[in-house]
Amino acid sequence: MSKTESKKRTPFVHIVKRDPASLTWYHKLLVRGVAIVAALLVCGVLITLLTGKNPIEVYGSMIDGVFGSSRRVWNMLQGVAMLLCVSLAVTPAFKMKFWNIGAEGQVLISGLACVATMMFLGDKMPLWLLLTVMTVVSILSGMIWALLPAVFKAYWNTNETLFTLMMNYVATQLVAYFLKVFVKDGSGVLSPMDQYGLPVIGGQAYLLNIILVALITVVVYIYLKYSKQGYEISVVGESENTARYIGINVKKVIIRTMLVSGAICGIAGLLLVGGTNHTISTTTVGGRGFTAIMVSWLAKFNPLYMILTSALVIFLEKGAQQVSTDFRISSSISDIVTGIILLFIIGCEFFLQYRVVIRKNRKENA
Amino acid sequence: MLAFLVSAIRLGMTFLLGSTGETITEKSGHLNLGIPGVMCVGAACGCYAEYMYFKAVGAAISPVLAVIIPLIASLLGGGLMGLLFSFLTVTLRANQNVTGLAITTLGVGMSEYIIDEASTIFTKGSKYFTAHLPFADDLGWFGELFLSYGVFVYLALIIAIVTTYVLNKTRVGLHLRAVGENPATADAAGINVSLYRYGATCIGCGIAGLGGLSFIMDYLNGNWEYCVDAIGWLAIALVIFTVWKPNLAIFGSIIFGALYIASSYITGVSFAGKELFKMLPYIVTILVLVVTSMRSKKNQPPQALGLPYFREER
Repeated sequence: MSKTESKKRTPFVHIVKRDPASLTWYHKLLVRGVAIVAALLVCGVLITLLTGKNPIEVYGSMIDGVFGSSRRVWNMLQGVAMLLCVSLAVTPAFKMKFWNIGAEGQVLISGLACVATMMFLGDKMPLWLLLTVMTVVSILSGMIWALLPAVFKAYWNTNETLFTLMMNYVATQLVAYFLKVFVKDGSGVLSPMDQYGLPVIGGQAYLLNIILVALITVVVYIYLKYSKQGYEISVVGESENTARYIGINVKKVIIRTMLVSGAICGIAGLLLVGGTNHTISTTTVGGRGFTAIMVSWLAKFNPLYMILTSALVIFLEKGAQQVSTDFRISSSISDIVTGIILLFIIGCEFFLQYRVVIRKNRKENA
Repeated sequence: MLAFLVSAIRLGMTFLLGSTGETITEKSGHLNLGIPGVMCVGAACGCYAEYMYFKAVGAAISPVLAVIIPLIASLLGGGLMGLLFSFLTVTLRANQNVTGLAITTLGVGMSEYIIDEASTIFTKGSKYFTAHLPFADDLGWFGELFLSYGVFVYLALIIAIVTTYVLNKTRVGLHLRAVGENPATADAAGINVSLYRYGATCIGCGIAGLGGLSFIMDYLNGNWEYCVDAIGWLAIALVIFTVWKPNLAIFGSIIFGALYIASSYITGVSFAGKELFKMLPYIVTILVLVVTSMRSKKNQPPQALGLPYFREER
């Protein structure tokens, strides 16, 4: 090949896939760290432009909003726990490359089941039995909501992303319907039934939730990493053909994994309704089902890293809320900041998976 | 009944714009879950442009500019969000689902911020969008059913028909479909996969942005409501409901519009029952999704939908 020809045929930059093993842990940390810092800088500049305030002040207000008082810290921990719980729920399915974006609906429907149990059985049985029934009912309804798309995916390869997305809205409308049926005055607001909530331990309303989610994190970690079923999930996720070749029943794995996913969503619903709000509204889940997808994906489906990513998201959310009250700007700034940071982190993955090779000059080539 | 149909068509055209945009995007193999956010941004940009235009010119409002400026702003706003999406998914090869959801979060936040800064009432501007032909009122039911609409309804119809034609009858459409079905083959045939994906996503998002604006300016008569994103998810549902065909979407969107507003027109349904009615568009979509996946081999999603393309990967 002549020199000129080679120059014409080689593009100036081209992109090469990295060997995953060639990356050291500090390299990964560095790229992600740089992305987060860059994103924070962009957000800082943006908020400064919008408010005319000193960026240091803005960051100070963010930190104050999250760590300013013990109540705020507990709120933050509760927020992390709930988001983490939903993220853990979607993770097994994602690892299998089953795009379950229906966690929102699965959590909501189990919350609805939980509320219904509290309303109709609350005064008919002792508290311990009620709590058991609540748990079972919530988990079962989460599983049913997850089972439907799983069965259709396994047998007819129905697009699960769109199916689960639609199921969210069916769940939302069901909640809206039952709120109107349950609440006789027509206001659609169900007053909290605090007497039937999960027990409060250590005098802290959120402590039980946090401990339970911590336990689930460990269990999911072990399940995915060390159990045979966890291994099957990884294989199906990597290549369905390989899975079939080595004798894994793919249909069974899909359905089983979604049942696990739905069950954890059920627990999230139980904790949100039975453990926190003691009532339900159409916004009880509040978009966690969608945020959880990003949390789980950013952590590369590793439950332990998910603690960090969910903490980051909650920090931004609570911090930006504080900024909006302190500087009297629209509360939507919280969504904007979260969106920008997420896009930065999503974008930085590129630099971990690929390498940009700049064309060497002609002398070296020859 | 006539009022019901007219209302269904007006709302339907919002869905039609959103779903046509998403169809174009999906034909290129991009499953853009950012459409709700894109529609929000499109709506907010259009409204903000209108607000600024009125502020700048005072009383000397030109009706043509009052329509054109918001339209362009909303096209650009939507298109820029599409550019952001395709930069992340094509150039940086990020996961489409995750990127889409982040775009939705960002878009909803941005639109709310813009609106909180400007105003939530655009009734003055809306009059220019809903103005219809003067003689339509004299033609009885025919005039009301076919000619009583503002610019958006006809715009949406034209876009849907043109999109159908381009997708099915032109070389560009053929290439686009090839990219969505099998990017590797398309690449081997000399089609620039990245260019098609960028282009389709930006154009699609621009059109979806118009859909957001039409919801506010036409259907809601200029009264901003913080629920454009809910309309966006329905637009994605409509894409499946109409099996990726913008010409079917014309009828599908009217059905969706009718289902969406049916609860407020049908008498004899209880207060609570209306909530069940609102569930119908979603249930119908699920049924269509299930039936198409079980039955025909024809009406399937583009084969490479949701998958990134990297030439060196085999």
